[in-house]
Amino acid sequence: MPSDIVLSVENLAKRFGTLEVLKSIHLTVHRGEVVVIIGPSGSGKSTLLRLINQLELADSGNITVGGQVLCKNDPHGRSVYVAKADLKAIQLKIGLVFQSFNLFPHFTIERNITEAPVHVLGQPVAEAKTKAAALLKKLGLSEKAQNYPFQLSGGQQQRAAIARALALEPEVLFFDEPTSALDPELTGEVLKVIRQLAAEHMTMVVVTHEMAFARELADRIIFMDQGVIIEEGTPEQVFNSTHERTRQFLRHYSE
Amino acid sequence: MVTFQILPYLLEGTWRALQIFVLTLVFSIPLGIVVARLRQSTLRVIQLPVRFYLLIMRGTPLILQLIFFMYFPPFVLGIPIGRFSAVILAFSLNYAAYFAEIFRGGLESIPRGQFEAGHVLGFTSGQTFTRIVLPQVIKRILPPSASEAMTLVKDTALAQIIGVAELFRAAQNSTSRLVSIEPIIAAGVIYLILNSLVALVFSRFEKKLSYYRH
Repeated sequence: MPSDIVLSVENLAKRFGTLEVLKSIHLTVHRGEVVVIIGPSGSGKSTLLRLINQLELADSGNITVGGQVLCKNDPHGRSVYVAKADLKAIQLKIGLVFQSFNLFPHFTIERNITEAPVHVLGQPVAEAKTKAAALLKKLGLSEKAQNYPFQLSGGQQQRAAIARALALEPEVLFFDEPTSALDPELTGEVLKVIRQLAAEHMTMVVVTHEMAFARELADRIIFMDQGVIIEEGTPEQVFNSTHERTRQFLRHYSE
Repeated sequence: MVTFQILPYLLEGTWRALQIFVLTLVFSIPLGIVVARLRQSTLRVIQLPVRFYLLIMRGTPLILQLIFFMYFPPFVLGIPIGRFSAVILAFSLNYAAYFAEIFRGGLESIPRGQFEAGHVLGFTSGQTFTRIVLPQVIKRILPPSASEAMTLVKDTALAQIIGVAELFRAAQNSTSRLVSIEPIIAAGVIYLILNSLVALVFSRFEKKLSYYRH
């Protein structure tokens, strides 16, 4: 049973203008866990991932990543972030896979993967290339190493994006709707990769609409709506929920 | 053809035009990048003067700006300025405004996801800008930049208004002296040759960057 806590979120709140996107979120992720977050659009799922990955600044709440504090409430209840020098170290403990892949179009697939290890971690180029080759092999993209992103299918691009995130060896990997921008036939190859990572005990937090996948792989499912966590539990618990809002949402996905 | 008589004279003017062209690009492109970055500033103290500068430079005729920079420094500020320096100053400030907006357009067309991917991979904003964003911006702004450069070649003719002996003035002088329109046509041909070279250079550059799409 996984024991160490790799991510801790307490009382997280975020508003954009007058819109309260996250009201008060508590989340704890243990090493080796696969946590899947489901919920309707606008529920704040993406914002939660973005806050943890420092793409937005929290208004209020505490975030601790891999044991290191990212932000903490001051006496007035406003989030105060740690020093700039520490922010990068914290960000390098985690990775994020985007819905729209966000590969760098002007680099080959290989360079997309090696660029950060070389220029952020200071790895020698040869070493980075060797590791990239191993990752590409693992993800079934070896022949595409010298291709450019525009030459790959959506599924291949997303797998390349996953390889790019893995190259930094994060403790937790976040996925923001990884298959939502893909044709249905291509979602399978990406889900296969995530399944593989789960089997290797990679700690992951996945925001997705793929219910079958969530049911199969999640250790824990979190259902969010309008900025709050409505329900949290094992797949069995959540998919057989007696909570009206959860049932209402899941009804749209009945197989 | 009378043109051959005055060809050396036209070529002197052409050389002058080329000097204006090169020096203007050398100064206006870096300045344009700086201005574009400043325009992104959220501080009103910076935003307002920058936008004012962009409006004035793009909103008033270059010919007027040339006259302004010829007479304003010495007569109002008491700073002497040579004709050629005034030309380069006016041209550089003017073209920097255009390049700034071209650059800004290119920058804003880069999807936010590129910046975000850079951020989550641990790149500093400087690294994200130079390694990830800038190369993509350059590719995107090549077509409008080519247009700007070609306009610049033609705009060099305006330098005559403050007494700089460039190609078109030379052609006009020859035309009235020789009572023949040939020098004007010849000047036109020279501008066309120069701009064909500019177009070719940019085209080569675009081709070099066409190894990827998006």
